[in-house]
Amino acid sequence: MYSNKVLDHGTPASKSPKQVTLQVDGKPVTVPAGTSVMRAAVDAGVKVPKLCATDTLDAFGSCRLCVVEIEGRRGYPASCTTPCEDGMSVTTQSDKLADLRRGVMELYISDHPLDCLTCTANGNCELQDMAGAVGLREVRYGYEGDNHLDAEKDRSNPYFTFDPSKCIVCSRCVRACDEVQGTFALTVEGRGFESQIAAGPTNFLDSECVSCGACVQACPTATLMENSLEEQGQPDHAVTTTCAYCGVGCSFRAEMKGNEVVRMVPHKDGKANHGHSCVKGRFAWGYATHPDRVTSPMIREKITDPWREVSWEEAFAHTAKEVKRIQAKYGRGSAGGITSSRCTNEETFLVQKLVRAAFGNNNVDTCARVCHSPTGYGLKQTLGESAGTQDFDSVEHTDCVIVIGANPTDGHPVFASRMKQRLRAQKRGEDGAGLIVIDPRQIDLVRTPHIEADYHLQLRPGTNVAVMNSLAHVVVTEGLASDDYIAERCDPAEFEKWKAFISEERNSPEVLESETGVPADQIRGAARLFAKAPNGAIYYGLGVTEHSQGSTTVMTIANLAMVTGNIGRPGVGVNPLRGQNNVQGSCDMGSFPHELPGYRHVSDGSVRTLFQDKWGVEIDPEPGLRIPNMFDAALDGSFKALYVQGEDIAQSDPDTQHVLAALSSLELLIVQDIFMNETAKYAHVILPGSSFLEKDGTFTNAERRISRVRKVMPPLAGLADWEVTVKLSEALGYPMNYEHPSEIMAEIAALTPTFTGVTYEKIDELGSIQWPCNDKAPEGTPYMHSEEFVRGKGRFFVTNYVATPERTTRKFPLILTTGRILSQYNVGAQTRRTDNQVWHDEDVLELHPHDAELRGIEDGDMVAMTSRQGNTTMRAVITERMQPGVVYTTFHHPESGANVVTTDNSDWATNCPEYKVTAVQVSKVVKDKSDWQQGFDRIEQEQDSLLPSRRAQQPGTTN
Amino acid sequence: MDANKLVNMANQIAAFFSAEPDRKDAVAGVAGHLRKFWDPRMRREILAHFDAGGDGMESLVRDALEHYRDDLAPAG
Repeated sequence: MYSNKVLDHGTPASKSPKQVTLQVDGKPVTVPAGTSVMRAAVDAGVKVPKLCATDTLDAFGSCRLCVVEIEGRRGYPASCTTPCEDGMSVTTQSDKLADLRRGVMELYISDHPLDCLTCTANGNCELQDMAGAVGLREVRYGYEGDNHLDAEKDRSNPYFTFDPSKCIVCSRCVRACDEVQGTFALTVEGRGFESQIAAGPTNFLDSECVSCGACVQACPTATLMENSLEEQGQPDHAVTTTCAYCGVGCSFRAEMKGNEVVRMVPHKDGKANHGHSCVKGRFAWGYATHPDRVTSPMIREKITDPWREVSWEEAFAHTAKEVKRIQAKYGRGSAGGITSSRCTNEETFLVQKLVRAAFGNNNVDTCARVCHSPTGYGLKQTLGESAGTQDFDSVEHTDCVIVIGANPTDGHPVFASRMKQRLRAQKRGEDGAGLIVIDPRQIDLVRTPHIEADYHLQLRPGTNVAVMNSLAHVVVTEGLASDDYIAERCDPAEFEKWKAFISEERNSPEVLESETGVPADQIRGAARLFAKAPNGAIYYGLGVTEHSQGSTTVMTIANLAMVTGNIGRPGVGVNPLRGQNNVQGSCDMGSFPHELPGYRHVSDGSVRTLFQDKWGVEIDPEPGLRIPNMFDAALDGSFKALYVQGEDIAQSDPDTQHVLAALSSLELLIVQDIFMNETAKYAHVILPGSSFLEKDGTFTNAERRISRVRKVMPPLAGLADWEVTVKLSEALGYPMNYEHPSEIMAEIAALTPTFTGVTYEKIDELGSIQWPCNDKAPEGTPYMHSEEFVRGKGRFFVTNYVATPERTTRKFPLILTTGRILSQYNVGAQTRRTDNQVWHDEDVLELHPHDAELRGIEDGDMVAMTSRQGNTTMRAVITERMQPGVVYTTFHHPESGANVVTTDNSDWATNCPEYKVTAVQVSKVVKDKSDWQQGFDRIEQEQDSLLPSRRAQQPGTTN
Repeated sequence: MDANKLVNMANQIAAFFSAEPDRKDAVAGVAGHLRKFWDPRMRREILAHFDAGGDGMESLVRDALEHYRDDLAPAG
């Protein structure tokens, strides 16, 4: 359950604009119409006893503990299910009410263990509190009768325990799973005395449960409890901070005991997550204190040398000397840096500042290069700003949702739950939203409890532009375009040009059907559904961007949103679902080689002057190298030194063998990370990183929301990441004087027009801020382009479909596409070091039964996958989620080498790699490991033996 | 850097801008993109490849490099 220090209003807030005034125990209180008597009482400072009610769930009215008396009404209505009315007079305490409540509690306690002193919930138990509140002194029924006290615990989930002996069957867990998470994994089985909570026929782990923790928060007793709480006892303080996993950016309360985290609990006031969480943020934080953490700086001359642990001072001095030597020998442009989308805004700002000011060039890039760089480019071109247009709450006002190239239930689970709440409304017969899924795979959202997509356009990988063009073709040629909106908001000449293009027969769904594999009537139906919806919103992910036409697809999305008049108000918009926690922020902070913070091109003299005046250095007016260009330049010998903060390019970037060859050719690779990741195997300097729990700063999520990250424990290696960059810069001869990250934010605000109004004080006051935050929008901007587009008039772009050069042939007849799974995150460096491994401990290859049968492959067989780039081996999973001809895998485990087979094709505009389309052949194998994997094992062993900790364990080795 | 790779990248850019109905806009689009997003060494090398015959280059790329050479050639 939530900490009893967090106020529980009992029932959710009403959003009604109408106000009503009533009296609770003689105190007047005014609340929105539709508010429950229970909630109004809390507002009046009166806590009515309750058990089955909590403010994250709809009122249920089963426990009968919250009964009250209402003047002029008969009986004792439950305050949770009774809505307030004007002039109502409520009494919450009387002899009769006390009697009734004691009677209810007496029954509950007659079937409840009396082990309060040794119970996990001791000190934070609603049942215990209520027994005290109602003054229960005896249980007249005795404890000998039939009971549930011997019920067995279910310890199958690695993070929480289900103890049915403590269950009062209030069904809060069941309702949390249904209403909040939307998985419907739990149920109340049996009737009356027999009734019990069940997670499927077996246990929690084998059930549909996704371990989001909603049931654990909802439970008022010790029935569903975090194991960490069982082990450590009750926390003594809490710090509000922001999750460091995906781009949803959930707000959490880190509940602490000294410097130890006891548990992470989603923050009810968090505007991105409203008290919800997923298995990663809620439970998978143990990596932060994992023994694999790097705790000391290390250096070595060659990558075949053993590592030598050194002091911070020696590490900085050595690194600075090497950078200077290399730049003196190979030129100023021979060094560069990669900022981290996992680090804070302040930290990424400093790394790009170090590259621009201390290295003296623009060779800075970020992992957004390999995920959402096309979003930045495409939206800047069409709308004028490189960011999503809405907040997450916007989905509540949507009438039709398009999800293209995104798998929110796995990749952005907390937002997916919000979206599912909106989608389920329709199935309940309410005015809910339609759903169009555009994805080669049958992702969970296509068919999930109480939700079924109106259209699943199961396209062939690589044909996004064709599908989006054909949707727009139908809108325009069937007269469904929002002509008034376009006339008012968009550039007329560009629109006319686009209209002529999109109306051409070659963009019709009938012509494109052979290319996309999507029946034309489905495209027509989907286009009509979307265009006719009052509010239509498009959500997309890496299935859009990671293609050779990634930027073009982003433009097609903007085109479709504009032609249907769906930008500039709640419920609509272009909504990129960002991958990593701070990928929006790292882009905002000037991490791209052509842009200074705030997306301003380096060739703009007036912008450069602004930064030059502040930084006291000349800024190179030429764009620098992007990550793939850095690799190419490294191989041709013109790029020699790379500073990588918190990114594992050796695992995450495509065409691994090319990447490794490039890394091996560097003379100085500086890796700053919390673990010895794959890239570290090729490094010369290791600077220990700090986890999100060890530093102050801010993250910016997919809705442009800037939230505070707060330090709850000291950095393991002594320095937070921002301090490391400051000291490195100082050693390079460019001192940076910051005492606290708030001072870095002040500099960002002074230099960036969209951040002018951002301060730590304001974030503390408002909870979080969505940029732009400046004089025009002092409290931030929930949705953009409200009056006009940031660029003035919205610009339609002609988006010709160009097939990817990656073609299937007889030798490589299948298309491999890649993605994510719920329990693992990105390269897995964090989640693989947690119990999330129980859900996914290896990457597998999904393929359609037809493709499997052709190749004699059975479920669970080891198969070899070969592309033009390389080959690897993994286990086959046969599933009809796939379409014939398409196979799928994830890249969470380095040894599976998914990126050994991916190609070096990339987006035409941004060089974002085409992870989503690789022609492959798959065959059954006897050998468990490919040649590449055997090589991987060898390098792993060699590099492992060079670590000081490993060498200390080996007799006969010396440092 | 690998000239073939640079040519492929430039050809991809040209494929996008080739949809412009007015060829002049398409040529300007290609040149503008190279100028805005390509590091000087990449521009220098593709110009060198163009001067050496421009093997494999689409005509839009050739036109862009020819008409906008002054903008594209890095200083120094």
